[in-house]
Amino acid sequence: MNTIQAKINGMPVTVPAGTTILEAARSVQVKIPTLCKHEDLLPTAACGLCIVNIKGSPKKPRACCTPIENGMEITTHDEALTEVRRTVLELILSNHPNSCQTCGRNGSCELQTLAGDFGIRRDAIPRFVRELPEDHSNGSIVLDFTKCIKCGRCIEVCQEVQNVWALSFLQRGINTRMAPAGDITLAESPCIKCGQCAAHCPTGAIVENDENHKVWEALKNPDLHCTVQIAPSVRVALGEEFGLPPGTNLTGKIYTALRRLGFDAVFDTNFSADLTIMEEASEFVERFANGKGKLPLITSCCPAWVDFMEKYHYDFIDNFSTAKSPQQMLGVLAKTYYAEQKEIDPSKIYQVSIMPCTAKKYELERTEEMFASGYMDVDVAITTREFARLIRQSGIDLLNLPEGEADSILGSYSGAGTIFGITGGVMEAALRTAHYLITGKNLPDDAIEINAVRGLDGIREGSVTIAGNTIRVAVAHGLANVDKLLNQVRDAQAKGTPLPYSFIEVMACTGGCIAGGGQPYGISNEVRRQRIAGLYQDDRDCQVRFSHENPEIKKVYADFLGKPLSHKAHQLLHTEYKPRPLYQK
Amino acid sequence: MKIDRQQLIERTYARKHPSAYIRVGLDTGGIAAGASLLYDRLKALVNEKHLPIEVEQVGSLGLSYLDPVVEIQSATLPKLFYGHIQPEMAEELLSAHIDRNEVLDRHVIARFDPDTRSGQTPAPSGKAPHLVFVLDTDTDENDKTDFILFSLREEIKRSINTNPPAVIRALDMRLYNKGVVVWIPHLGITYTHVLAPDVTRIVHQTLIKGEAIEDLRFTSPERQNRIVLRNCGLIDPERIEDYLAVDGYQSFAKILFSPSSDPILDELKASGLRGRGGAGFPTWLKWKITRDVQSDTKYVICNGDEGDPGAFMDRSVLESDPHSVIEGLLIAARCIGATTGYFYIRAEYPLAIKRMQKALDQAKELGLIGKDILGSGWDFDMKIRLGAGAFVCGEETALIASIEGKRGSPSPRPPYPSVSGLWGKPTAINNVETLAGIPAILQMGGAAYGTIGHEQSRGTKVFAVTGKVRNAQLIEVPMGTTLRDIVYEICGGCQGTAAVKAVQTGGPSGGVIPEAKLDSPVSYESLKDLGSIMGSGGMLVMDENDCMVDIAKFYLKFCVDESCGKCAPCRVGGYQMLQLLDKIARGMGEATDLPLIRSICVSMQNASLCGLGQTAPNPVLSTLRYFESEYQAYIEGGRSYARKMKKLREGGEVVRIP
Repeated sequence: MNTIQAKINGMPVTVPAGTTILEAARSVQVKIPTLCKHEDLLPTAACGLCIVNIKGSPKKPRACCTPIENGMEITTHDEALTEVRRTVLELILSNHPNSCQTCGRNGSCELQTLAGDFGIRRDAIPRFVRELPEDHSNGSIVLDFTKCIKCGRCIEVCQEVQNVWALSFLQRGINTRMAPAGDITLAESPCIKCGQCAAHCPTGAIVENDENHKVWEALKNPDLHCTVQIAPSVRVALGEEFGLPPGTNLTGKIYTALRRLGFDAVFDTNFSADLTIMEEASEFVERFANGKGKLPLITSCCPAWVDFMEKYHYDFIDNFSTAKSPQQMLGVLAKTYYAEQKEIDPSKIYQVSIMPCTAKKYELERTEEMFASGYMDVDVAITTREFARLIRQSGIDLLNLPEGEADSILGSYSGAGTIFGITGGVMEAALRTAHYLITGKNLPDDAIEINAVRGLDGIREGSVTIAGNTIRVAVAHGLANVDKLLNQVRDAQAKGTPLPYSFIEVMACTGGCIAGGGQPYGISNEVRRQRIAGLYQDDRDCQVRFSHENPEIKKVYADFLGKPLSHKAHQLLHTEYKPRPLYQK
Repeated sequence: MKIDRQQLIERTYARKHPSAYIRVGLDTGGIAAGASLLYDRLKALVNEKHLPIEVEQVGSLGLSYLDPVVEIQSATLPKLFYGHIQPEMAEELLSAHIDRNEVLDRHVIARFDPDTRSGQTPAPSGKAPHLVFVLDTDTDENDKTDFILFSLREEIKRSINTNPPAVIRALDMRLYNKGVVVWIPHLGITYTHVLAPDVTRIVHQTLIKGEAIEDLRFTSPERQNRIVLRNCGLIDPERIEDYLAVDGYQSFAKILFSPSSDPILDELKASGLRGRGGAGFPTWLKWKITRDVQSDTKYVICNGDEGDPGAFMDRSVLESDPHSVIEGLLIAARCIGATTGYFYIRAEYPLAIKRMQKALDQAKELGLIGKDILGSGWDFDMKIRLGAGAFVCGEETALIASIEGKRGSPSPRPPYPSVSGLWGKPTAINNVETLAGIPAILQMGGAAYGTIGHEQSRGTKVFAVTGKVRNAQLIEVPMGTTLRDIVYEICGGCQGTAAVKAVQTGGPSGGVIPEAKLDSPVSYESLKDLGSIMGSGGMLVMDENDCMVDIAKFYLKFCVDESCGKCAPCRVGGYQMLQLLDKIARGMGEATDLPLIRSICVSMQNASLCGLGQTAPNPVLSTLRYFESEYQAYIEGGRSYARKMKKLREGGEVVRIP
């Protein structure tokens, strides 16, 4: 690879060709301020804060989108640059409401932070904020257009990374605003609720719909039996809200915190992830080995992906695994199996789920199958960020809590369940169990970790040989990557050639649930890797690494469900899909 | 019907001009002044009376202040240009000029023959009556003209018995503030500052003996040099045969079969031609970079998204000589190896679009565009894309986004369009004026073109001069011509009695240049030094009544309205600065406002993504530079001062602003 040698603030830098000045500066520990550039996204070049001086050039180019060239002598900070940045910042602030205290991003806002860094203590330029109503139409995400600084990140992620095209810029000049394309509400738009817009927004313009009040209402109601579940990826991300490095596994402390909050039973979504694998792997074996049903089998545990598929790729409905997501499986078991076991009136059970995801809020009422217990299977889903606030509000010192345990029913999990939170994890877990179901034997110890489906490449392909059969599999994350995969399948279907894959895993968010739209702010590939490492370590630390060997899973089948794909399992643990229009208006 | 190379070179399909014709300038400006009605009436009358004369349409000569303009060539009178011919004058014009062999009083555009090509129109017969034109160029009053006119007629009557010249009051002498001017076309003599005692000399020495009177004679060379505008107003823009008759497509025919594109680049390099859209990037270099990028698909784009307030250069060229732009784009395409060309024309120019489409159709029919052009084996197609009215779409990356069907917002450069442009392919984007000049530059030779001009700015530049100027018009002058010459000599200074206060160049991206600096030559560099820019060629003249705070507000408001809203410095900076200017203009300004305005200006210049935002502060900064006292007067004078100023201006009084 060609390398570039240049100087930044007098310091020599050597970086690969194509590196931007912004990235090159980071390599010598120089931080250039920016409000619009995000590592995940192409530069929008909107904010104008990252301008630098290049010796010999009359202009001040933007560091975010200017590739560094050999021999460049760059100054990133001087009095004039700081003065321009300050004025630009003051201009942005003059068009932004002064409502930090009541904002969803209070304390985590990039604009607030920069204003603090620059020591801005007064409104230098008279404030002008156009009044625009908030959009609460969609139960997952709230849009507050007045707080938008038009950085374009949400639109870039919605259009280019997720290929959803729900958000766009409308109008021009000072009236420019981010809004659902066509100036409709978010609920009427093709939005799939993945929340990546919220995860990338530098301000409080896009935030999750905070539903902590529902949790508090339930907890203080003495008539209710409150149960809770935590998703795999919550445990390795929550610590970031409390100053720990990404990937720190807080499972035990979270259990303790939940009990202190007043939950009557603490479950783990990892348990139901194992259950999902039992159903889904069985489904796969049925289709692959016994020829019942369409191939490739496509995973369906990501609700944003399900919504995307129903809107954009509904020709693949028959390929979708009918197994519900772990959240819903746990919900329905809590109000049937658990209720039976503990002799509790299921109508009195209030089920809270703590998820890395904003689309999980939408999944709660996606179809009538989400009421399979006869009640709403999960009553409220809150994101990791909301959960962190819940802990803070209750005065719990999370970091110094003793380790706790989950309830011994719907609480234990295998390593296969915990890696659900990672792109490729569902595939890996399913293959571990599929191997057992086909051959009757577990994968040997050195083959448990299926490296072909690990990593952060947008599309990963691999093949696994089980009993002499080669199973070709593919993993995609970030929905823009899905089109390519599905088109290969469509081509093969049209031409009648062999299918390129038998099993496909899709996660809407880049990196999988560990980087979901409800996770702590500050996502980057480095953060993704650390959270992923945390979950893979959890897998390795587990005594049991196969879903079918989880003793509680065995018990629930023995006591209640019979066997995978049984009539009862179908009633409670499976769902259906239907095409949905892109626009509701 | 396709033509081959030989037929093109031999001008087989060039139209022979009729020996007698009436040409009406049918561009948007002319039509607005009634030229279209006039054309219809003339046509009907000629048909009705079976007159041996052709009525034809042409584009614009640029003399907007004289619209509707008519050119007449008849068998018995010398070729003349008439101005201000209203539709109801059609009958009078025909009966006077054709039937009675008389020239219309008060309608002749004197000293004007933009057609420098020889042999196009037949010379008038030897028996044509001699004409003498008179006009007072100081004022629009008739007293002095009448006096000299009458004196000349009397003296001629007394002294010349055979074939006495007719003395006619001209409409416009194309000279200003030169006293009474007398023009004797058959001798090619112009006298200025003619006073009563000169009448006898003129008649006896000049009209009788044919000698010039040196102390009266005006000999300054023509200030304009029409290269880009060479065909404008002289040929029918809707007939390719007319363009072929004026060496049209000859440059293209020559380069099409050249094995290398180096000679084109060499010629353009020698010519010193720089982009006429305003930024002034050397055209040859842009083409070379695009040519040298390896790609199987490349594009050329003609930027016809002219949007500066008061600018109409590109519209005029597109309406008057579309084939020259097509030829320029063909040459660009051939040079860089493009496969498709786009004309991006703003939808507000319906006539330009109609004529361009017609021209494209004609060129396709003759095989100048399409497959295997002229048997060269080269395929090239051209399409028109309409701009939807956003000023920022004149910025090249926004223009590309617009053609691609996206929101017209600029994107960061690099990569430059030359490397990665339309659909990610190498793309050369040139302005209408740049392209229209290129066939002529290749014809005359790059070196010859390069002899015209000033320092780093070579060749000629078209300007649309408007505002408080006496004669708003389109001009083409050599680079280096002073602003003073343009304003006073070519355009006649200010209307009315107020004096020129300043000239604004470069539209909303440019700055205001005060009267005292008008001796500066027009060039990319000198205008920049003055705090303005060359821009695309809009030039607005302001008189003493114009308040500079208002002027700054006007231009800034334009940029605020037209900002795409993408980047913060431009989107918010422009808006907030406008609020501050408005506050000052209402007499509510504070001492702290000017420093704040200046710092917003600096942040916009440095931190805006595209040229619109980077240059939007120029009108504010330049008025602050030269006219800060006016801002101070508002701030110090407060609301009563602002009210007074408003009242005075509304009353039409000359208000000398401190």
